[in-house]
Amino acid sequence: MKRVIGLSVNGESHEVAIEPNRTLVKVLRQGLGLTGTKQGCDDGACGCCTVIMDGRPVLSCLVLATDAQGKEILTIEGLAANGQLHPLQSAFIEHGAIQCGFCTPGMILSAKAFLDEDPEPTPEKVKIGISGNLCRCTGYVKITQAILSASRALGSGGQQND
Amino acid sequence: MTEFSVVGKRIPRVDGVVKATGEARYAGDMSLPRMLYGKILRSPHPHARIVNINTDKAERLHGVKAVISGRDTLGIKYITFQLLSRLADDSVLAIDKVRFVGDEVAAVAAIDEDIAEEALDLIKVEYQELPAVFDPAEAMKADAPQIHDHVDGNIGLSRQVEFGDVDQAFKESDYVREDIFHTPAVIHGFLETHACLASFDPAGKLAIWTSTQSPYSVQTLLAKTLGIREGDIKVTRPHVGGGFGGKVEMLAHEFCAALLSKKTGRPVRIEYTRDEEFTAGRRRHPMMIELKSGVKKDGTLVVRACRNIIDGGAYLGLGGIVVSNSITLPALTYRVPNYRYEAHRVYTNKPPGTAMRGFGGPQPVFALESHLDMIAKDLGIDPAEMRLKNAVQPGDEIPKVAKISTCGLSECIQKAANRAGWAGKKGRLPKGRGVGMACYGFASGALFNIFNTRLPYSEVHVKLNDDGTVNILTQAADIGQGSNTVLSQIVAEELGVSVEDVTITASDTQNAPMDLGSFSSRVTLFAGNAARAAAADAKQQVFEATSGPLGLKIHQHMEAKDRRIYIREHPEKGLTFSEAVLAAQRAKNGMPVMGRGIFDPRKSAGFGSPTWSFGAQVAEVEVDSETGQVEVLKVTAAHDCGKAINPLLLEGQLEGSIHMGMGYALSEEILFDGGLTLNPSSLNYKIPLADQTPEIETIEVETHDPEGPFGAKEAGEGLTLPVAPAIANAVYDAVGVRIKELPITPNKILKALEENEDRKQEGSRIERKQQSMYPTEGNTKKQKGVIGYGDFEGDQS
Repeated sequence: MKRVIGLSVNGESHEVAIEPNRTLVKVLRQGLGLTGTKQGCDDGACGCCTVIMDGRPVLSCLVLATDAQGKEILTIEGLAANGQLHPLQSAFIEHGAIQCGFCTPGMILSAKAFLDEDPEPTPEKVKIGISGNLCRCTGYVKITQAILSASRALGSGGQQND
Repeated sequence: MTEFSVVGKRIPRVDGVVKATGEARYAGDMSLPRMLYGKILRSPHPHARIVNINTDKAERLHGVKAVISGRDTLGIKYITFQLLSRLADDSVLAIDKVRFVGDEVAAVAAIDEDIAEEALDLIKVEYQELPAVFDPAEAMKADAPQIHDHVDGNIGLSRQVEFGDVDQAFKESDYVREDIFHTPAVIHGFLETHACLASFDPAGKLAIWTSTQSPYSVQTLLAKTLGIREGDIKVTRPHVGGGFGGKVEMLAHEFCAALLSKKTGRPVRIEYTRDEEFTAGRRRHPMMIELKSGVKKDGTLVVRACRNIIDGGAYLGLGGIVVSNSITLPALTYRVPNYRYEAHRVYTNKPPGTAMRGFGGPQPVFALESHLDMIAKDLGIDPAEMRLKNAVQPGDEIPKVAKISTCGLSECIQKAANRAGWAGKKGRLPKGRGVGMACYGFASGALFNIFNTRLPYSEVHVKLNDDGTVNILTQAADIGQGSNTVLSQIVAEELGVSVEDVTITASDTQNAPMDLGSFSSRVTLFAGNAARAAAADAKQQVFEATSGPLGLKIHQHMEAKDRRIYIREHPEKGLTFSEAVLAAQRAKNGMPVMGRGIFDPRKSAGFGSPTWSFGAQVAEVEVDSETGQVEVLKVTAAHDCGKAINPLLLEGQLEGSIHMGMGYALSEEILFDGGLTLNPSSLNYKIPLADQTPEIETIEVETHDPEGPFGAKEAGEGLTLPVAPAIANAVYDAVGVRIKELPITPNKILKALEENEDRKQEGSRIERKQQSMYPTEGNTKKQKGVIGYGDFEGDQS
């Protein structure tokens, strides 16, 4: 039995009719067409589906869409503002932190969430911060470099500066 | 050395922005109006005869639009490695038997995924269970259950190579050592599971979007199994979320989506779940490797005998290359004047093995590089010096295996050792810390055409536009490794324009020219050469059209550089690139300037591959003797890539290889209970996480190979090979235990430490020759699966 729920995603309000057992990742992808959020598993093991909900990173494959009502959700599509890439996005591109790109949206959002908490992390803290997100391509070396670079850029007023 | 403008530069990947913003579309992101969702019913038994399949109830479920099983197919047997089509053994949906837990039996298309899932439960399959066999040693016994009717015994494929006088050489050796090694099944672990969307139109033409490393593989095998022409199938590869060898073969979802679309007249999408990937997906072949070496006292290698028993699982797929590479790759790195190699791929009732980063190399190279360290230890020689002493050199020929053109192996050994501080560390670190080295060589694409096509291996088209832009059209598959960027750089360099001027369309099998796909590390060399040839062809057309107006004299040359076309001897005499393209167009009544290029390696030297990459790696580890836990502190890797077209992307490939190799070394293993997978989730199949990844230092050694575009060779696959043995050797250096079976888990280390302790207490060294459990003597000659060089030639066009 479908019911209508309201979701606030990237600053926009949506109403979608869904089965109550639908996870947030399915509703974002299929219901709202926001396919930037990826699904790599369905047991919270890979981190691909990470989105930010009320400022905290969540695995959207483990969140029921109904539980996301009334919360502010940020997906990768909402990260660039006014046509400008977020410093994390620029840094990922410049540092070669992207290969196949499937982990990238979740990885960038995980990084954003912990940089919001800890704007000047050490390399070790960065590695721990993204250890819930699998990447099979990069060996995490360039991802770590990119996040550290973005943290410096954010610290100097959001300008990409390396 | 030539100054390049674009090649050799750290240029960010051309698809970086769409990937960083979530705009890049993958197969599972695609949808079409009226699209249905497909699901596949899989066998719960490792080996069983199908007595009956009843789909009535499933078909009657509201929302189900079609159900298919083996009887709806043409019943054609196929094999991915089409050069061995006489050994075709796979059916897309089981016809008479199922041969592993997860073998595909039926498929459903419904209006949503839940209904499709529910319908699977309503399909009633009556099985007659058969005895199953899971261990190659058991499968090779005379009374073992027979998995395929066309093979007597279960040895599906064999290869043997012998050179020199092996028996005599063993007699003349100062020292002979034998060891046996084992490697497990591991999985690619690409984050995007297999997914496709298929749409048959009413005229009988098929369009399919699929996550693949080889659109052509899907096209040719769909044509074969659906019984339609290749030209009526358009395979489009969207962005691919990693492949690593696991997306080279056409799999059941692609066939089922196509057939279900044909039956329903509606588009059908099928996505595999992570559980399906783990339980039924293709994987790296487990192997048992027996090695016997004879050496001189000074460490000179005299003779080697090597036998690989390969656990192939239920079907052959790409096993032919794995069998072949399991001999070629360990034979590649050192001069050994006498050798005998044999490899046997054995059927078992488990999911089939396939290509996986290293393609038959990581297993025997783990064995060989561990074995060499043990010999060096026995002889009291430094293992790095022993490797240097025996390293292959440029121009070497390894009879029946490979011809070496460029080779920077010695330089790689020296550089990796220097940078890692080898001399000060080997055998000198405090207990619990250690260093280990390993070397490798790898192909830059295969000389044999695995799909047996008469088309060129790689073809690229390049179109020049009079606004200064350039379009590349290719089928070469960027699966994340960055080939779109590398091909754009090659074309930009040849034409003297910037990468921003170039747009690459790596398109579908109908509109783009032929490319076999991304496997065997072939794209930079094969598609790269074709792209360079296409750009050169277009450039020549521009030169011809503009040489007259520029007043070129017969002895002068033209140059394309900095977005200009000019006379080399008089750089001031020239046109802008746009003006020159317009002139060339006008000279041909408006015909666009289009260059075409192919690369056909049958004309090249090298055997097996046009050329080979080489490298050496040093791992430094810390082993906790209390817990058995290994921490990799640093990996130093020197790689001979010929020429780094893009160092930024190259480093990414090397770092990724090391990461994947580390999982193979320490933590990754698919565990079975009989035919049942016990750890079908990333929660308990342990891919290393960010905080477990060591410091990585990569060193590029450039040897400028004449076969490669601008001198480039393989990067990104070969470096997976040495990681496990370098770590195993470092573990030995750290705590004195030798683990000969991957992965090197804390359990194995603790057990070996205990055995070492017992041995000390006994006060004597226990030497034990390991006995092979795998008799193949006299069992392979009569097999039709014995392959030789003729098998890789194919139909010569």
